[in-house]
Amino acid sequence: MRETNSGAAALMSQPPLTVSDRLARKALRNFKERVIELLLLGAASVSVLTTVGIIWVLVSESFNFFSNVSIWSFLTDTMWTPLFAEPRYGILPLLAGTLTTSMVALVVAIPLGTTIAIYLSEFARPAVREVVKPFLELLGGIPTIVYGYFALMVVIPLLQLLIPDLSGFNMLGAGIVMGIAIIPYVSSLAEDAMRAVPMSMREGSYAMGATKLQTAFRVIFPAALSGILSAYILGISRAVGETMIVAVAAGMQPNFTVNPLEPAQTISAYIVQVALGDLPHGSIGYQSIFAAGLSLMLMTLALNLVGHVVRRRFREAY
Amino acid sequence: MVSSVTMRMSNQGAAEAASQGGSAADQGVGDAFSGVRPDKGVAVKASVENFSFYYGDFKALKSISMPVHEKRVTALIGPSGCGKSTLLRTFNRMHDLYPGNRYEGTIRLHPDNTNLLDPAVDPIEVRMRIGMVFQKPNPFPKSIYENVAYGLRIRGERNRSVIDDRVKEALRGAALWSEVEHRLHDPATALSGGQQQRLCIARCLATEPEVLLFDEPTSALDPIATASIEELVHELRDKVTILIVTHNMQQAARVSDYTAYMYLGELMEFGETNQIFVNPKRKETEDYITGRFG
Ligand SMILES: Nc1ncnc2c1ncn2[C@@H]1O[C@H](COP(=O)(O)OP(=O)(O)OP(=O)(O)O)[C@@H](O)[C@H]1O
Ligand SMILES: [Mg+2]
Repeated sequence: MRETNSGAAALMSQPPLTVSDRLARKALRNFKERVIELLLLGAASVSVLTTVGIIWVLVSESFNFFSNVSIWSFLTDTMWTPLFAEPRYGILPLLAGTLTTSMVALVVAIPLGTTIAIYLSEFARPAVREVVKPFLELLGGIPTIVYGYFALMVVIPLLQLLIPDLSGFNMLGAGIVMGIAIIPYVSSLAEDAMRAVPMSMREGSYAMGATKLQTAFRVIFPAALSGILSAYILGISRAVGETMIVAVAAGMQPNFTVNPLEPAQTISAYIVQVALGDLPHGSIGYQSIFAAGLSLMLMTLALNLVGHVVRRRFREAY
Repeated sequence: MVSSVTMRMSNQGAAEAASQGGSAADQGVGDAFSGVRPDKGVAVKASVENFSFYYGDFKALKSISMPVHEKRVTALIGPSGCGKSTLLRTFNRMHDLYPGNRYEGTIRLHPDNTNLLDPAVDPIEVRMRIGMVFQKPNPFPKSIYENVAYGLRIRGERNRSVIDDRVKEALRGAALWSEVEHRLHDPATALSGGQQQRLCIARCLATEPEVLLFDEPTSALDPIATASIEELVHELRDKVTILIVTHNMQQAARVSDYTAYMYLGELMEFGETNQIFVNPKRKETEDYITGRFG
């Protein structure tokens, strides 16, 4: 485009550009493009370098930890007692806490998030959508520490009315609130996936005599499945890594159980606890947070991989 | 080209005159058409009367009246933007899906004389009777089998063997059975474009619609796939009333029995395809057909 323009200009204006003039311009343009390209590359590499840096710190510090504690006992011991005189470092109780709170959160977030997404994408009038969407965004923007105290001071007391001898800290209350906190992520991604389904698909279904409900559940939902599953996987990742809500409301004792009525500690909550200064720097207990962090990171990585596979497996070419 | 069409048309016209002799002709609607009269020998399946359509403030169709003959193929032709799709999509109330669309007039579906456009008539009821095949094949993200079974399932059919039979019959009717017989449970998106379009036809046939609407069904297909769809349309005309929008004059001449020429939202001329192509009454129609314009 530019070249033809300048070419045309060159033809019209007297005297025409010499070959060496044009080459000089080209060289200048190449130089500018090169600089811009480098700047863009620099911006992109910030995120790559950060990730690499984090992995490096986690792995090298974990290496110190694992030279004191065997990987085998880390993975199989059912006790996590870094503060005891004879500390034990079995990740299982923290893992159980993480998975249980996440499960509770997903039981809340997936059905509600999906319902909201279907409603907003297929049923809501534009006016309603304009009102509901900002509220959802607001819900997603509330700091998680606020959610934590909401769980502790509102949700758990309410649950105690239903379940009388429920402890004041428990995974159920924390998980439910965590689910609420995740809803906006699930619903907005799932809604995007459904709205991306082309109108021709809806018309095809309506033309067969289908109702709105039939169209939404039998055609649009399956057509958007890969995007919806990615939304779920993002929700799971957020639940697994979520920290403040569980730190505040689930209790801080490692507890090897999957019973959501009990208090327990998650991997992320343990890291917060240590960061708050209960263990001296350089001790094995302190190093344990890196091993815990590495486990968390590997879990999220695995989820991302699953997400990748799911997206490819269920992608629809409309 | 045109002469072969003429042959077919005239043969068929003679056969009709012999067998039906004008008895089934008028359903008492003949006088409703301003200047456009239904063919005497053939029953009318639907009659459009004084139909106008508005996209917001834009009047896209101006008082259209025309008959749609039963078990015949009616082609809608005309330059781009003249309102062919708008008229076609009125028959199954597709316009109701979008806010801001307005229409006046009636489309009566015979023999029961239901006004398809009556607000009291549920668009879903209308769509159950009138199937539609779109410009771009739009199979659902399901298996081949489930695509064809879709209409039956949403109508509440649960009986496995009934569905099996109807799916098979519909795929046969759409000339697709032999190609997909052994992979009924493969995803429909794995089919070629032409096969997908025939699948969409089968999807409609499974519920035995009274009228089938085609909106430029071959414009996204290669010549071979196009030929097979045209052949199919021609075969289907024994079973179902067909309305087809096409940009392709040869296609209109090949597949249709009646042709409506539209221009800027108006119906310029309606008649037997033979007459429209060989002996158009209006100059504009002739210009369009002979390619001097449009
Ligand atoms: N959704 C819409 N909103 C506003 N105007 C529209 C809309 N759809 C179509 N129109 C206008 O209505 C007129 C008729 O459109 P229509 O799609 O029926 O034409 P067509 O004959 O099918 O054309 P083509 O051969 O290009 O498909 C055109 O002028 C078009 O611009
Ligand atoms: Mg069109």
